[in-house]
Amino acid sequence: MRQKIGVDSALTDDGLHARRAVVPAATDPTEDSGRRQFLRRGTMLAGGALAGGMGLARAAPLDVPESNKGFGKPIAENDYGMPSKFESKVKRRRTDILKNRQNFSDWSMTPLQDQLGTVTPNGLIYERHHNGTPDIDPATHKLVIHGMVRQPLEFSMADLMRYPSVSKFYFMECSGNGLTDWLKPASTTVQQTHGLLSAGQWTGIPVAWLLDEAGLEPGASWALFEGGDGSGHVRSLPMKKLLDDCLLVYALNGEMLRPENGYPLRLFVPGWEGNVSVKWLRRIKVGDKPWHTRGETARYTDPMPDGKWRQFSFEMECKSVVTRPSGGMTITPGMQEIQGFAWSGNGKIKAVDVTLDGGKNWQGAVLEGPVMDMSLTRFRYRWDWKGGPATIASRAVDSTGYVQPTVQDIQKSRAIVGFVQHHNGVFPWSVNANGEVKNAIA
Amino acid sequence: MRSLKVVSILTGLLAIAACATQETQQPVARPDVKFGKPIAAADLAPWNIDVRTPDGVGLPAGRGTVAEGKTVYEAKCTVCHGVDAKGGPVYGTMVGGIGSFKTNTRVLTPGSMYPYAPILFDYINRAMPMDKPQSLSANEVYAVSAYILNLNGLIPDSAVMDQNSLVKVQMPNRDGFIIDDRPDTQAVRCMTNCK
Ligand code: HEC
Repeated sequence: MRQKIGVDSALTDDGLHARRAVVPAATDPTEDSGRRQFLRRGTMLAGGALAGGMGLARAAPLDVPESNKGFGKPIAENDYGMPSKFESKVKRRRTDILKNRQNFSDWSMTPLQDQLGTVTPNGLIYERHHNGTPDIDPATHKLVIHGMVRQPLEFSMADLMRYPSVSKFYFMECSGNGLTDWLKPASTTVQQTHGLLSAGQWTGIPVAWLLDEAGLEPGASWALFEGGDGSGHVRSLPMKKLLDDCLLVYALNGEMLRPENGYPLRLFVPGWEGNVSVKWLRRIKVGDKPWHTRGETARYTDPMPDGKWRQFSFEMECKSVVTRPSGGMTITPGMQEIQGFAWSGNGKIKAVDVTLDGGKNWQGAVLEGPVMDMSLTRFRYRWDWKGGPATIASRAVDSTGYVQPTVQDIQKSRAIVGFVQHHNGVFPWSVNANGEVKNAIA
Repeated sequence: MRSLKVVSILTGLLAIAACATQETQQPVARPDVKFGKPIAAADLAPWNIDVRTPDGVGLPAGRGTVAEGKTVYEAKCTVCHGVDAKGGPVYGTMVGGIGSFKTNTRVLTPGSMYPYAPILFDYINRAMPMDKPQSLSANEVYAVSAYILNLNGLIPDSAVMDQNSLVKVQMPNRDGFIIDDRPDTQAVRCMTNCK
């Protein structure tokens, strides 16, 4: 159940993750003693909860649990609820494959193996900052809009929150998601391979309203968005997208943004690489050309053949991944519900297929609604694992008809060298005869 | 943006609530209110620091030499970036890599990667030194930009960088970029006996 190589011990020393993936064993009384011994262990582990099982396991006599026999924790005068201490392993983590030598311009990843629905809890939304996290007082925070506008304007947070608001479910993904695992397995868990992905309900106001209020001058076709953090992070964005669906966001999942997600104000650009959704937003400057800042030339560009770089590759193309079972888990024979997420920056998910034999044959998975534009869609596929080796993966199709490619498909047009962005390749997990699940990208 | 292709829905695939959309939730019309306060250009000047790097629009007045830049660098940058910007305890090299992009180890430095020299000014001015960003004077930023360009062999020891000269520095990766031309894959939805 444990991977030996390159693994954070906290990640592997983790009965919880593994136990989640264990489906209680089938109980055939005619099986051999090794099998029965295994069953007894399975019974101890899973109690008598054999609802999906095929036979009758004998449950042990019940004790009345301590939780029935006394006071629970009293209601606090005031409080912010936290997860159970038994869930303390569920945390954002830095990757242990590509560790920066400082943790200010750095990232931490969402534990997708533990995300059980399409909304990421606020404390688990992945992080990517360029100089750490400021905690800005909303009473003093200001947003300025200037440049090619008729009237430069300043807004306080109170001003911004007086406008009618809009709430939308969207995924957010870093362009660097998957960058350690293109051609050979490096990471162990889906948190490390795909955890620069989160999703939730974003609340704010359309950027278009404020640009309209300032009054765009003729020829205004790009705008620069700048953060109030120690990197003064900046990106240029085309006006068409800004007017189409971009939001100035102050809340996520029903509460004000967390500091690490841009509190008190950020841009949110649906379907596009996360770093353009500038956090701690303080300034919008309207112009007629992009600025070609470091973050859109030397960084966030994709290596191409002939030594070239692809620039302004904003959209996060259609992608999916199996989160259960996934790397670092161990499964047992019998029914396994394969679960995962699919998403596309270009529309809705239309279909997800699952392979059990490394891509030779595919079957349609069930999509769980609601299926929304540029949002996480959950898929499920019931698999009766007979115990032999298998290679499982998912492949998504979006509403434009685009089919999620394999890395080999992507390699036909791009150079996979160094720090490669925009990995939306089909991602396989291998299962060996012992039920150990491992990264099988190749 | 993309042509809408008809996707065949696989038999047995159950798309629950596949037609749920968010459109109906959004009040599309802008409300007839204005809460922004007019602000004068002079009052927002301290925030107006961006440089449009291809033509240098936004570069402030000021100047700096390579020698002055070495002094600034050694006082405020060496601790993280190392001697001669060759890499330090916190960050890798900022020198070299020119010509490496056609090999299998692309070395990304300001010299090899930046298409326009004013990117150095804009980035250092807003983000460096990382422990005290926005603390350098315009002269110091010009000077330390000159120093890094000089270490990369792109300007002579005697060079002075200012609003006019910085824009004119020829960067080797000037034409190294192509604009996004995706989708660039043609995967097909094969179901049986694939590959
Ligand atoms: C506390 C450590 C620290 C100090 C001090 C520091 N830097 Fe940096 N510098 C970094 C880190 C870390 C990065 C990478 C940041 C990123 O990519 O988000 C960086 C990136 C840079 C880059 C971009 C390099 C590239 O390849 O694009 C330049 C240029 C730079 N620094 C210049 C300077 C200068 C000039 C100074 C002194 C005035 C300085 N730095 C001081 C840590 C530091």
